[in-house]
Amino acid sequence: MYTVSLSPETDLHIVAADDTQRNAVFEAKVADDQFIEPKDWMPDAYRKTLIRQISQHAHSEIVGMLPEGNWLTRAPSLRRKAILLAKIQDECGHGLYLYSAAETLGISRDDMTEALHQGRAKYSTIFNYPTLTWADMGAIGWLVDGAAILNQVPLQRTSYGPYARAMVRICKEESFHQRQGYESMMVLAQGTEGQRRMAQDALNRWWWPSLMMFGPPDDQSPNSAQSMRWRIKRDSNDALRQKFVDVTVPQAQALGLTIPDPDLKWNETRNAYDYGAIDWAEFHAVVRGEGPVAKERLAARIDAWESNAWVRDAALAHEAKRSQRKAA
Amino acid sequence: MTVALATSLGDDALILGQRLAEWCGHAPTLEVDLALANIGLDLLGQAQFFLGAAGAAEGQGRDADTLAYRRREDEFRNCLLVEQPNGDFARTIARQFLFSTWQALLFPDLAQSAAPAIAAIAQKAAKEVAYHARFAAEWVVRLGDGTSESHRRMADGLAWCWRFTDELFMDDTAKFRPEWDSHINATLTQAGLATPKPVRGITGGRHGRHTEHLGHILSALQYLQRVYPDATW
Ligand SMILES: [Fe+2]
Ligand SMILES: [Fe+2]
Repeated sequence: MYTVSLSPETDLHIVAADDTQRNAVFEAKVADDQFIEPKDWMPDAYRKTLIRQISQHAHSEIVGMLPEGNWLTRAPSLRRKAILLAKIQDECGHGLYLYSAAETLGISRDDMTEALHQGRAKYSTIFNYPTLTWADMGAIGWLVDGAAILNQVPLQRTSYGPYARAMVRICKEESFHQRQGYESMMVLAQGTEGQRRMAQDALNRWWWPSLMMFGPPDDQSPNSAQSMRWRIKRDSNDALRQKFVDVTVPQAQALGLTIPDPDLKWNETRNAYDYGAIDWAEFHAVVRGEGPVAKERLAARIDAWESNAWVRDAALAHEAKRSQRKAA
Repeated sequence: MTVALATSLGDDALILGQRLAEWCGHAPTLEVDLALANIGLDLLGQAQFFLGAAGAAEGQGRDADTLAYRRREDEFRNCLLVEQPNGDFARTIARQFLFSTWQALLFPDLAQSAAPAIAAIAQKAAKEVAYHARFAAEWVVRLGDGTSESHRRMADGLAWCWRFTDELFMDDTAKFRPEWDSHINATLTQAGLATPKPVRGITGGRHGRHTEHLGHILSALQYLQRVYPDATW
């Protein structure tokens, strides 16, 4: 929307007409599944929604490095350590692509970082749960990256070009992470008694938070309708959650592990699994920042940023001196 | 000979890789986070190869994981420099700069002269360590030149690490000292930093006598294998 305050009445009419026309072009493009590019006109609300969504996604990648980073020094073999480090490094790369995609909408990475640190921007609730055993590394790859893939595959066709292209790259790596996580779970599930116990405990703890990753149920998801119309979102929360349950249950069975849901059963008529009630009170509490390790996660990011501010300042100062010396 | 050399090279890489992994998710910028993870991954790869070669040459059925996860601290042969705590980013850079510059001189030489098993690994890793040395040297210059705070921190980081550098040049590696000194001095001059004054070298790592830090590193590194001795991962 244009700001009215500086425009005389007559102009306002022209601008508004102009806007309507541009909006029609925009809507037609989106409806036709064409990409909107940074230089194209777009409604302000679309821009704002995208900035919120992409930056939230970027923050999730970056905060998501912490729960897995917790096990890096303790990974049980050199191969597992290298796989884990490479995986976390991928997530950092995802954060970078996404921040870059968001920057094309006219916001800086520093502004987004500040919004995260001040609690104005959100990140996925899943990363506010602790990683208590090594099996959590397998469970995160399998379930969390698995859930992320289902969320993100449709976004490869999202209406905003830079976001869609970032998602193509990211999805390839996420499915690799998912397979590695599952393979790591398989080794535990087929391992010693202690390893099997560890694997089942990880599934017990990560199952419900993974289901919550798809967001509130459709009838309580306020932004969904508009986002679907804009092709920023392409499937409903509940539809994606159902898909996740349906693909994951057989995978758990193949591992010989039990999904911690007594109400879980195959429904012939729906041709899908019925599952038990999700604790939405817990979800909303975690969204409010009351997750078990929410304070630790945010504190770690803020500390990394603030205690290293002198490094970034030094790099800038050096650059400035260098170009000054070059000019002289 | 091969066993001793491959063990010390593998332990250097393993312990420094472990230290760099501690930065993951906590670095000054995302770009630096990626770069430190890259270097850490290279070092982990070197550790796998060198320790694998050490185990093979030893011929007692110990593979790289067994060597990494089942030895006591007095059986480790890494230099003391790599086990130094990360400290602030400047100390991490100082440690990397001094160590990678040394590796970058050593590896091309090993690629020519060492036993075939070691030469092949050194050949492959020579490109990696040349990059690590360049990355670290660039940061030494940035921090030395940047602000008065970064200058002070960089000088402190170098001072912390300097006492452990003599150990890099014992026995066969003594011949690299003059070239190493000239590389180090050239970068420090560019950074506007003074070369630290000579201090009494602290040594012992190559013989299994370590600083207080190694035991803590191993208690994290080896934790799972010690708790679940019969498990494979
Ligand atoms: Fe990711
Ligand atoms: Fe991932």
